[in-house]
Amino acid sequence: MNNRIRPIFLVEDNPMDLDLAKRAFARRRTANPIEVAHDGEEALGWLPRWEGGAPIPVVILLDLKLPKVDGLDVLHQLKIHPLIQRIPVVVLTTSSEERDIQSAYERGANSYIVKPVDFDRFIQVIDQIEQYWCNLNTPS
Amino acid sequence: MNNLDRPILLVEDNPMDVDLTRRAFARRRVFNPLEVARDGEEALQLIAKWASGEPMPVVILLDLKLPKVDGLEVLRQLKSEVHCRAIPVIVLTSSSEDRDIQTAYDLGANSYIVKPVDFEKFLDVAAQINLYWNVLNIPPR
Repeated sequence: MNNRIRPIFLVEDNPMDLDLAKRAFARRRTANPIEVAHDGEEALGWLPRWEGGAPIPVVILLDLKLPKVDGLDVLHQLKIHPLIQRIPVVVLTTSSEERDIQSAYERGANSYIVKPVDFDRFIQVIDQIEQYWCNLNTPS
Repeated sequence: MNNLDRPILLVEDNPMDVDLTRRAFARRRVFNPLEVARDGEEALQLIAKWASGEPMPVVILLDLKLPKVDGLEVLRQLKSEVHCRAIPVIVLTSSSEDRDIQTAYDLGANSYIVKPVDFEKFLDVAAQINLYWNVLNIPPR
């Protein structure tokens, strides 16, 4: 499948971060559609949709502090799912706690990035994530 | 420890690719020591050294076609040892075969990148890998 039609999947409950990320993608003229889940339950609700043939994301950006189902639990479910486990998951969170970093890698996170608080820097980080995972990396 | 003091490990048997990676990193002022393992066996020996306390790399760049021990086998062992399985492993190979891509992700590769044949493009890819994994990504301790 062409990487460009596969969506970027954002799991994020904070409306401001969501808005910033969308604006950053729009500014880069990202061709991939952006799909959003606002809590952990909604994220896991996508598993049956993907099983049913919905386009598999090219990369998943996952916040850790999520309502309903915690980000680390979502990560675990994604990484044991036979259809989804090969999809890169980038943890994008405000937490720089050693425990979260280790737990995320233990559960199979492909990458761990701390959200910058500065607006411009946040946009730049989203740019770099898009550039790396949508252009440079070869997805499964 | 500061990321910039930790080595980057390159597992690569082709001297030209080793040289290109070095030059790309030097051009971008990457100060991390670049450690090189020239075959799969050398790479596996490092796993034991890390277990005994030598500094672990911030990221591992792994070729697949390696003498002595195959790259996928190196990946399998890296990702099955508790002390080092969290270190990001970027497969950097000339192979774009689906079977290699699938197997690499199944074994826990963090990312898979096909080596460009063009010299300038290779330098650019090496620089981007450095920017992402050495500056942006937070590695495990």
